[in-house]
Amino acid sequence: MIAIERSLDTPRWQRIALPFASLVLAAVISGIVLLVSGHNPIATYEQIYAASFTSSGALTSTFVYATPLLFTGLAAAVAFRMRIWNIGGEGQLYMGAIGASGIGLLLGSWPTLLLIPAMMAGGVVAGALWALIPGLLRAFLQTNEILVSLMLNYVAGLVMYFLIYDSQSYWRDLTSPTALVFPTGKTLAASATWPGLTIGTFTLPLGFIAGAVLAVLLLVLVRGTRFGFEMRVMGDSTSAATYSGMRTRRIILAVMALSGALAGLAGASQIGDFGHVLDPRGLEQAQYGYTGIVVAALALYNPLAVVVVAILIGALNNAGFALQGPGFPPGLVGTMEGIILFSVLGGEILGRYRIRVGSRVRPPETQAELDAAR
Amino acid sequence: MISHVEAGPASAGTATAGLAPAVAATGVTKRFAGGVVANDHVSFEARSGEVHALLGENGAGKTTLCNILTGLYHPDEGEIQVNGSPVRLHSPHEAQRFGIFMVHQHLSLVDSLTVAENVVLGWSRHGGLRYSPRQVEAEIAEIAARYHMQVDPHARIWQLSLGERQRIDILKALYRDARILILDEPTTVLTPAETEQLFASIRELVAAGRSVVFISHKLPEVLAVANRITILRKGRSVTTVDAAGVDARELARLMVGHDMPAGRVRRAVAGGATPVVEERGVLELDRVCADGDFGMQVLHEVSLSVRPGEIVGIAGVAGNGQRELAEVIAGLRPHTRGTIRVDGAELRGGDPRAAINRGVAYVPEDRMGTGVSPSLSVTENLMLKSYRRDAPHAGPMLLMDRADAQSRALMEQFDIRSRGPHALVRQLSGGNVQKVVLARELSSQPRVLVAASPTRGLDVGATEYVHGVLVDSARRGVGILLISEDLDEIVELSDRIAVLYEGRVVGIVDAAAASYEQLGMMMAGAA
Repeated sequence: MIAIERSLDTPRWQRIALPFASLVLAAVISGIVLLVSGHNPIATYEQIYAASFTSSGALTSTFVYATPLLFTGLAAAVAFRMRIWNIGGEGQLYMGAIGASGIGLLLGSWPTLLLIPAMMAGGVVAGALWALIPGLLRAFLQTNEILVSLMLNYVAGLVMYFLIYDSQSYWRDLTSPTALVFPTGKTLAASATWPGLTIGTFTLPLGFIAGAVLAVLLLVLVRGTRFGFEMRVMGDSTSAATYSGMRTRRIILAVMALSGALAGLAGASQIGDFGHVLDPRGLEQAQYGYTGIVVAALALYNPLAVVVVAILIGALNNAGFALQGPGFPPGLVGTMEGIILFSVLGGEILGRYRIRVGSRVRPPETQAELDAAR
Repeated sequence: MISHVEAGPASAGTATAGLAPAVAATGVTKRFAGGVVANDHVSFEARSGEVHALLGENGAGKTTLCNILTGLYHPDEGEIQVNGSPVRLHSPHEAQRFGIFMVHQHLSLVDSLTVAENVVLGWSRHGGLRYSPRQVEAEIAEIAARYHMQVDPHARIWQLSLGERQRIDILKALYRDARILILDEPTTVLTPAETEQLFASIRELVAAGRSVVFISHKLPEVLAVANRITILRKGRSVTTVDAAGVDARELARLMVGHDMPAGRVRRAVAGGATPVVEERGVLELDRVCADGDFGMQVLHEVSLSVRPGEIVGIAGVAGNGQRELAEVIAGLRPHTRGTIRVDGAELRGGDPRAAINRGVAYVPEDRMGTGVSPSLSVTENLMLKSYRRDAPHAGPMLLMDRADAQSRALMEQFDIRSRGPHALVRQLSGGNVQKVVLARELSSQPRVLVAASPTRGLDVGATEYVHGVLVDSARRGVGILLISEDLDEIVELSDRIAVLYEGRVVGIVDAAAASYEQLGMMMAGAA
């Protein structure tokens, strides 16, 4: 008799080895897909690697993709870990971009050293407030935060389009010749450009550095502080949290605000690091908010792992964009991302079980089963 | 077919005597892993045209027996007969082919569908997937009229009260031509008027030759509706009696037994009790009312007092307000009226943190779901409440190394067996989980301890350990409210015993002098 059962504890080596084994599996499955579609997998992987890391300017543009994913990945990870399903990273990113560009335009005369924190604060506040809408509804009216935060993404998108296309708002450029032909946002002053860290030909964006620091701080927050302790208890058992006197509503609100603030920073970094202008189309097409959910899931909601996964997924997206053309299947990168996601999450779920050969009856494990037995 | 005879409850049973019983269990034994014997050679038979009650406390084996009758469990020994011939039932579906249907306490209806749609869901008289609403509605109306059930076939389930929903579940079984209808504690969700209606329908059912197996722990209603009564106690069938030939006193005696099992001594008699020096209670409830999960009032003017060093037992059959009482004191459920005082100062309702800060410790009934955070470590679970103030910290940072050292000491003191302070609580055995809960609750130097079913599901050793800890804490001056379905435990440990029945304290007696018969009567609502 062979039985599959839940194993109560996973050995440490397995927890570390499993994601890597899953990645190898994903590469093999993707390779089969490539073979079937008439490509040499090894050659394609080499192409991807070069376009992501080694060819000229590749690493810099990998980090252009990785930076927003780092923030949205952290945003999703911090909420999902607590089993608060904030799917609204996309909309919170838009709001963060609106907030940061508004501040950047308004305070353009300030010195860069003051303007950067002000823009970050603008992104943080706008993203957090936007996330608090589903947060408040969840905390006080028990609405489903998945639906509300998801729908608010579309609302935020519409707000962004309204500001640039359908109104004469403060964000819209109404004077320059090109803007008279096609509606665009105002370009920020040079003082509002976030300086990156340049090493040779490679530029590390300020946003990525800030995100990496935040990842470490988040890990400390979750593992080491009272608030993190409350988060972990609530993520595991809401009734245990209530029972031990935790203010569960406040924790939900704080986590939603934190998650929204991180996604808002992604928007601020889009303005300060890269775009310098509020560009609704570009932000919407990039879908960093949604991809951040994939990043968080692949990182198993661990903030430090989010840093690594954001670089990998950023590299993959960068390669997909750089290699687009007749010789490179256009849907390949999306397919590979999907295969990686399935392998890693599948491996994670399967890793919780073990195969047992032997006796047939399983003793009741939980109180509920014991009670049912009587 | 039996014609509509005007039969009194007792005579209906005898009218069909001599025929093979509609359903019978003979020597049914069911064991579960972990050595639990839920049914130990249980026998009973329900005749056609009779209401047969299964009476017993929680854990007496009623539900297991019914799960065997409906094919959910397979008995280890013994057999089931339907109309005199032995049958092997492997699934509820098979049981239904023999006409055996069960109406559970938790109804299985689809909220957003209509009554008619629910009735035909999964099975239609007309076979296949065909569904003609008009025809089904006519059939439902016909069944409803025959058994005096008020039913609107067009209504959607979410619009109906719990009592009405139960009626639909019964109707669903009748639509499938149930011959034997098993009702599991059917009156729990009913108002008195609805109960009367249910009983009228039941009488019609048996008058039409069907059988009803009526599971209950409430003496008055068993006596009102049943023809014969089989009493279950601790997994065994004690006896079967004619409802006409017994009174509530006799039934209570049969249900709870005569006295404690040999070898166990009442603490109140043995002199283990602390002499009460203070008259004022450390925990005082004055006419406390509270609502249940479904918005119905479940606690009615409960007044109680626990003095320092005293163990007050709350006896009662589960579902009579015990869980709500514990939650109200722990601040997990707001009270709607009355006052709760701890050390003389009034406790704000519905605020667990306020209760904790005032020295109310709580061992919840739902150990794994509420009492601990299963995926966290032993240390983290030990500081589940103290993390706010007393746990080692520096500013907002918790100092886990020092917390681990503290938890090692507690693990030693409370004999918690695990691989160390970092072991996850869900990896521990039930007894060790309960020790973690007790260690945390008692290390906070509480004034009051509310312990709800603290030994449920534990083995003998762990049970004894928990009892020892409770007695010890009382000796150190903690006022303890012990809520348990295990009457032996209550009688053994308590100084005084309060009996809860339908959310009311029906009596408070001295544990030293309390008789099982008297307690059983109060628990079953017959005192």
